[in-house]
Amino acid sequence: MKPFENFRGTVLPLDRANVDTDAIIPKQFLKSIKRTGFGPNLFDEWRYLDTGEPGKDCSGRPLNPDFVMNQPKYAGATILLTRHNFGCGSSREHAPWALADHGIRVIIAPSFADIFHQNAIKNGLLPVVLDERIVDELFELATSEDPLEIEVDLHNLRMHPGRGAEQLAPIEIVIDRFHHHCLIHGLDDIGLTLQQVDKIADYEARRRTEAPWLFA
Amino acid sequence: MAPADHSPKTLYDKVWDEHVVRTDEHGTALLYIDRQLVHEVTSPQAFEGLRLAGRKPRRPEANLAVPDHNVPTLDRHLGIVDPISRLQVETLEANCREFGIQLFDMADRRQGVVHVVGPEEGFTQPGMTIVCGDSHTSTHGAFGALAFGVGTSEVEHVLATQCLLQKKSKSMLVTVDGVLGPGVTAKDIVLAIIGEIGTAGATGHVVEYGGEAIRALSMEGRMTVCNMAIEAGARAGLIGVDETTVEYVRGRPFAPEGELFEKAAAHWRTLRSDDGAAFDRVVHLDAATIRPQVTWGTSPEMVLPVDGAVPDPDAVADPVKAGSFRHALGYMGLVPGTPIGDISIDKVFIGSCTNGRIEDLRAAAEVAKGRKVADSVKLAMVVPGSGLVKAQAEAEGLDKIFIEAGFEWRDPGCSMCLAMNADRLEPGERCASTSNRNFEGRQGQGGRTHLVSPAMAAAAAIHGRFVDVREI
Ligand code: SF4
Repeated sequence: MKPFENFRGTVLPLDRANVDTDAIIPKQFLKSIKRTGFGPNLFDEWRYLDTGEPGKDCSGRPLNPDFVMNQPKYAGATILLTRHNFGCGSSREHAPWALADHGIRVIIAPSFADIFHQNAIKNGLLPVVLDERIVDELFELATSEDPLEIEVDLHNLRMHPGRGAEQLAPIEIVIDRFHHHCLIHGLDDIGLTLQQVDKIADYEARRRTEAPWLFA
Repeated sequence: MAPADHSPKTLYDKVWDEHVVRTDEHGTALLYIDRQLVHEVTSPQAFEGLRLAGRKPRRPEANLAVPDHNVPTLDRHLGIVDPISRLQVETLEANCREFGIQLFDMADRRQGVVHVVGPEEGFTQPGMTIVCGDSHTSTHGAFGALAFGVGTSEVEHVLATQCLLQKKSKSMLVTVDGVLGPGVTAKDIVLAIIGEIGTAGATGHVVEYGGEAIRALSMEGRMTVCNMAIEAGARAGLIGVDETTVEYVRGRPFAPEGELFEKAAAHWRTLRSDDGAAFDRVVHLDAATIRPQVTWGTSPEMVLPVDGAVPDPDAVADPVKAGSFRHALGYMGLVPGTPIGDISIDKVFIGSCTNGRIEDLRAAAEVAKGRKVADSVKLAMVVPGSGLVKAQAEAEGLDKIFIEAGFEWRDPGCSMCLAMNADRLEPGERCASTSNRNFEGRQGQGGRTHLVSPAMAAAAAIHGRFVDVREI
């Protein structure tokens, strides 16, 4: 995983609650045995007017003009702003893979589904939980004429929103310290855990006597 | 060593404490995982990761693999027609061979939906930590096991280390007191709970279910309730161990035998919350007030009793909620005020890890017996949760009841629960389904799903619309 670098990005406002992983990446794309290439099918059913199939070239597909992602002013947006319970539904990691593959790096919402939240961090995506009231304000800003930009400074746990030359009050990023550590250092969890292999072996030895049926 | 703590513990505390290998300075635990279930959709990238890093599974025998999401439910001997689905199933087979993991392949009579197979084989046991790259792993919590879904990176983590990095969740107790009325089932309990607390109602929590109505459920029923804990947003669902649990596990292929079983069972019987244990949140429901449930919208919380009517978004004060109601009604092709009983259906799906067990098929067959699927219903299918469920049902003659009534009797798999194989809804088709998710497109693009119990699904098949199973 690559370390999370500070950056400045445009906000894509997706004004829906309970966006589930089926909506983020429809199930027909789960048949892939790879981790990459899901970006063009992110939000496939909302984004295109026809039905997406694995292997189909998306460049010529008819776009749904009503879907926010297809509005030119949000082209290249890297920060997704959405409503509560984002990422609910299946545990598929294809959802964060699709978001990351498309270029999304930060997701802001009042709440996230637990498994999605974990999966996002494991794939270098930053989920930011903000108060519903602040999310409302950001929606108002992001949906007005000029798109909203945010400078994300994960190192200092700050987001600096702004439009054009106008700077708005910074917003604090609240994140678990361990997750923060992993994201900014791009740490591989498995490598970290394998450093504890002696402790794992000790635990197993103890459990073999305490609960031998687990090892039968 | 910390001093012994005698304060009352929840079931979740007990299972958690037994599995902590260490806790780091950030409060993140390295949690030991006893068992992992593996299927074809969320594992290929995990095995690929192992291969790339030159790693091996730490305990191959702690894993059990079975293809379920992509497998055909008809003409299985012909193999999988869709080349992409076929590659995914073949990749699972190749990975299991390479890494020494036991696999029930498509031809194995034990093959089925991973959450049906684990318990049925006794691979799922009380007090274990169990994971799978699938959110409905919560099903196994019915055994007093801490079982939760993980993503593919975590599948790889468990393969390589037999551990996961976890923070402890908050705890929530849902008690269902009293006695269920006739015709009201575990599925109705869990839909009523979700209707009450919402799909994010248990986010960040592990939910324990208790109360007289839960205790009275069979293991099948308990699995149905825990299965849909995830639809309430919970990390996991749990039910304390009692004799129903112990007797279910006894004699199953992976269960301990003889003296070892008795030793295990003595420990299992301690796996329940202590009197006075504190929960972060408590919710009570009265079983007597629960009626058969039908979802009307595109989220499991959009649910009503069968005698209800589709809500009017204009009457909803919260604008975000009103908006999602409007959107759902548009997608579902329903107008506010429509009685549930006036909604006619095109297809019926009985199966899935929620309701594909023997007891579910018995309940559906009881309704179907001697009756006929309505002419207006294009397809009514019964998909047993596993090959063993199928064999059991056939031994009891349930297949004949279904076939005579006009249902299709299929081979086991996930099937139209998520429509990754050929079984799916066409745009605009309406389905009475015993699965767990009514999300947009879940059963096929543009398809409209109403979640119900097996008996309610069978009754809908017979009448071509939703009817109150208590009145037929
Ligand atoms: S039956 Fe449905 S919910 Fe269960 S594992 Fe299969 S796809 Fe998932």
